[in-house]
Amino acid sequence: MKDTLGVERPIIALENVEKYYGEYYALRGISAEIRQGEFFSLLGPSGCGKTTLLRTIAGFEELSGGRLMIDGKDMKRVPANVRPTNMVFQSYAIFPHLTVAENVGFGLRREPLSRDEKARKVAEALEMVGLRGYGARAAHALSGGQRQRVALARALILEPKVLLLDEPLSALDKKMREQMQTELRRLQRQVGITFILVTHDQEEALIMSDRIAVMFEGQIAQLDTPQQLYRRPNTRQVGEFIGVMNFLPATATVSDETHIEVEAAGLGRAVIAPDQLPGGWHPGQTQSVGIRPETMSILFPGETTDRRVAIGTVEDLSYYGDMTYYVVRLDGVDRPMTISMKNLVGRPVLDRGTEARVAWDARSLVLFA
Amino acid sequence: MIASETGSGAIPMIKIKINIKIKAWPRLGRSEASQGYFLVAPPFLYALLLLAAPLAAIVLFSFWTQDYLTLDTTLTLKNYREALSDPLYGELLLRSLVISLAVTAATVLTAFPIAYFISFSVPPSRKSMWIFLITIPFWSSYLMRVFLWKVILGYNGVLNTTLTGLGIIDEPLSFILYNANAVVITLAHAYAPFAILPIYVALEKIDRSLLEASRDLGESRVMTFLRVTLPLAMPGVVAAVLIVFIPTIGDYVTPRLVGGPNGLMIANMIQTQFLKLNNAPMGAALAVLAMAMVTAVSLVFLFLNRRYLKGQK
Repeated sequence: MKDTLGVERPIIALENVEKYYGEYYALRGISAEIRQGEFFSLLGPSGCGKTTLLRTIAGFEELSGGRLMIDGKDMKRVPANVRPTNMVFQSYAIFPHLTVAENVGFGLRREPLSRDEKARKVAEALEMVGLRGYGARAAHALSGGQRQRVALARALILEPKVLLLDEPLSALDKKMREQMQTELRRLQRQVGITFILVTHDQEEALIMSDRIAVMFEGQIAQLDTPQQLYRRPNTRQVGEFIGVMNFLPATATVSDETHIEVEAAGLGRAVIAPDQLPGGWHPGQTQSVGIRPETMSILFPGETTDRRVAIGTVEDLSYYGDMTYYVVRLDGVDRPMTISMKNLVGRPVLDRGTEARVAWDARSLVLFA
Repeated sequence: MIASETGSGAIPMIKIKINIKIKAWPRLGRSEASQGYFLVAPPFLYALLLLAAPLAAIVLFSFWTQDYLTLDTTLTLKNYREALSDPLYGELLLRSLVISLAVTAATVLTAFPIAYFISFSVPPSRKSMWIFLITIPFWSSYLMRVFLWKVILGYNGVLNTTLTGLGIIDEPLSFILYNANAVVITLAHAYAPFAILPIYVALEKIDRSLLEASRDLGESRVMTFLRVTLPLAMPGVVAAVLIVFIPTIGDYVTPRLVGGPNGLMIANMIQTQFLKLNNAPMGAALAVLAMAMVTAVSLVFLFLNRRYLKGQK
């Protein structure tokens, strides 16, 4: 899908998309490009506008402002039934009066195919989602996971340019959810269709996506790859929403473009690289540094390291078997921080109240305005 | 464990109390089934006395014969033979069936758009008010409403005076009162809420995401209605059909008041047999035939309903 200049054209382009209901703004100027064939996630807490954005793309909501292009075509006043998108609904929306095969073949009515060809396509689609031989069953006799698969087959059989998934895994139990996560990813690679997933589960978004747009209050806070989002969140809000992040008050001075000095409470002075200020430099504001729990480690008595070491006290701990989560207060800091440690052979679990020597690296700091 | 350590004396006390309770109600406390029978006994007795017994009496009467003033209680099929061979009865039965079907069709076809409008276009906060408004015609007496239709449809009625006044017609229309048309109009109005409510309930139960799914899968609004909304509303439509059809076939007030000589139905003949001709057995036989007809039509619709309900919870 390259244009005349050989530049990859986005399958979906959102230009300053707005949606408001009376006084209430659901989307406040969303701009993003979704690439052909990628697994894209809209991640955010409930009420952040992610479902509204998905329904806008599907054509169930009219835009209040801005522009939405799908495959290079403006979607203004294009109704849902002629858009090249298909959706897997949160409730799955399986037609209760039809059989599994009738559900999957629902959208084929308008296709110029013979009855046999349609039946073969339905069988193929069912095979693809692992429901071979389920065609004649009544839709209401299916389990949650099976409904999910029928909804997927029903959407994919029409070979849409974009498949929209509205929290499709939220109704499943944990085991089934994990299984479906890998299966959805496999299916997406197999069919090569662009998937857009709406989810509030940050872990799910990290596992499945090529890129994630984190949304808060109708805006995209950050659009990045999972690794970049986790390692270099550009605001404290994003850092807090994805995984666990510890924050320490800090002051920073820039000596030159590549040499930024940070003075963080409890950790001391450190030099960081420009990519460790993903949110940009805003001189004069109060600042903080963020650091992930697993990038630090607590040294056991007698252990030596060539990393930087800060001193603190173990205030509390939670033992998870494979991991121990320590709550440590560094000397000179009010707020305690979380440090996670793998329970390796020979590494003792520290008691409450003992002194903790915390090893850390300047590379794992992120500076926030 | 904790209970046995701290309050071991209290536990036997409770046991004794339970024992006493069971002894006081030796039979009824024994099983849930017997308690159930005990609870349903009053309504069952009521149903037996007021529904089953009269019905049995009607069926029994229909096999007897009336010989002027004396009732001949030998069992015979004479009444049925007469009812089925006399063209008068046959015509009345057929006309009742046709009028009832016409009333049912008119009522359900007009009720569906109203129910659809309330379910899909009225904002949720106003729905109960709309349902309430629909029941308003029921606040006046049934007879009053029939008379009002006479006023509207009559030779010098509201409709005719308006139309002649506007110059649309020269002569008052005469085909709208004292015939089968008037019966259909009056009954369709009378039963409208009975049809609107079940259809409305069925439409309300439809998950709106199903309609979005149909649109998403490429169907237009019209095809979505035909492929999703209508099949899912069918149980409500069938319920409406039965609710309207069953009582209309036996209605005799409306045909008597607005039907004229050609709008009379089987119930009017049953009334005549019982009260005027003093031929209760013949009336009973006609009643049983009318019931058989209702049963046959109802079974067809119940069968349809079962087909539509097949895939649903």
